[in-house]
Amino acid sequence: MQDLGIKVLFEGNNLLRLGEGLWLVLELSFISVFLSVVFGIIMGILMTLKNPVINFLARVYLEFVRIMPQLVLLFVVYFGLTKMFGIHLSGFSAAVIVFVIWGTAEMGDLVRGALLAVPKHQYESGAAIGLNKAQIFRYIIIPQTLRRLVPLAINLATRMIKTTSLIVMIGVVEMLKVGQQIIEANRYTAPSAALWIYGTIFFLYFFLCYPVSLLAHRLEKRWDV
Amino acid sequence: MDYGFILEHIPQYAAAAVLTLRLAAYGVILSIITGLICSFLIYFKVPILKTIANIYIELSRNTPLLVQLFFLYFGLPKLGIMISSEACAILGLTFLGGSYMAEAFRSGLDGVEKGQIEAGLSIGLNRLQLIRYVILPQAIATSVPPLCANFIFLIKETSVFSAVALADLMYVAKDLIGLYYKTDEALFMLVVAYLIILLPISLLATLLERKVRHAGFGN
Repeated sequence: MQDLGIKVLFEGNNLLRLGEGLWLVLELSFISVFLSVVFGIIMGILMTLKNPVINFLARVYLEFVRIMPQLVLLFVVYFGLTKMFGIHLSGFSAAVIVFVIWGTAEMGDLVRGALLAVPKHQYESGAAIGLNKAQIFRYIIIPQTLRRLVPLAINLATRMIKTTSLIVMIGVVEMLKVGQQIIEANRYTAPSAALWIYGTIFFLYFFLCYPVSLLAHRLEKRWDV
Repeated sequence: MDYGFILEHIPQYAAAAVLTLRLAAYGVILSIITGLICSFLIYFKVPILKTIANIYIELSRNTPLLVQLFFLYFGLPKLGIMISSEACAILGLTFLGGSYMAEAFRSGLDGVEKGQIEAGLSIGLNRLQLIRYVILPQAIATSVPPLCANFIFLIKETSVFSAVALADLMYVAKDLIGLYYKTDEALFMLVVAYLIILLPISLLATLLERKVRHAGFGN
């Protein structure tokens, strides 16, 4: 039985279809991570301005998004928003919206932490040797902030890649869904397909995330701050 | 909003919340045990077992819980290993949580100064006593913030349990949407239910973190 199962992987264009699912995962992750980084940096900078109104709003937003499971947010956007406003959102765009909302909150907090971690005397010594504000940021603050931020941001990216697996629950045809379809189609000819297909998907996710987290770990060690 | 509908279905959500919490409790406890074992295997550099623990940690940290659950629930029966959906959910959560807990404990263990261990050895403690009286009390104090974060993370992760046919909060919400098309009410209750579960835990975690902030000593 076992040898029948693994053959399903290579039959027809099954492998290609799984690849397409993988591509969708990559696409979604890339768009979400990119937008989250952009908005997260803006939010992080806003949070360091010490404006009480912005701080309060940011705090509420951050706590709410962090406390809610991502799947709940997906449901709220995909089923709730569409019904409330009568708009039609594809599962993919709902997923992008949710991941950007979530990623911005997480990234904003990371940026805020990294900015605040630069001690005050760094600004002061910069000013003391006669740098202007732009130069202080360009040569002193941003390099130190980036060293702290980049490994953490990469870690966040792996979390986002892993979380993309949830979109199968709002009906997007990604890797898991393609896997299910292949298994269903071969229910009688290859009953053990589930083991091989889900095993393959497991390792596909692993090979996607492992290099990224390895990179984060390396950078963290090299730039030990 | 149909408040009558909301009141009528509170018991369903309560039952689902209890299920979620029960499974999460088992999962967290088993994760902590798995994590402790793994972190000590790595800390004491036990040959072979250390490598296995490291491989396990990387495998579990770099794959999503949903895929792990699908493999356990749909894949393993093909090898003749049948597990109920509850056991599968607990096993999956433990597999995922174990590695996160191990990392949390590792950061705590790394924080214990070498001098502390040497001092313990020099007053004649054996290895178990050393762990029990010197290493653990210090390591756990520094591990508290990541442990709390993992605790919340694992409860959040339980939201995928509906994929393995468990009637958790997501399942109830989806069910109500499908049966009555009361989307707003069902989703509102879903969000409120998770807030009720997670907000107190998150607040407690913040308090606890504040308490142990100055726990580091010996350096």
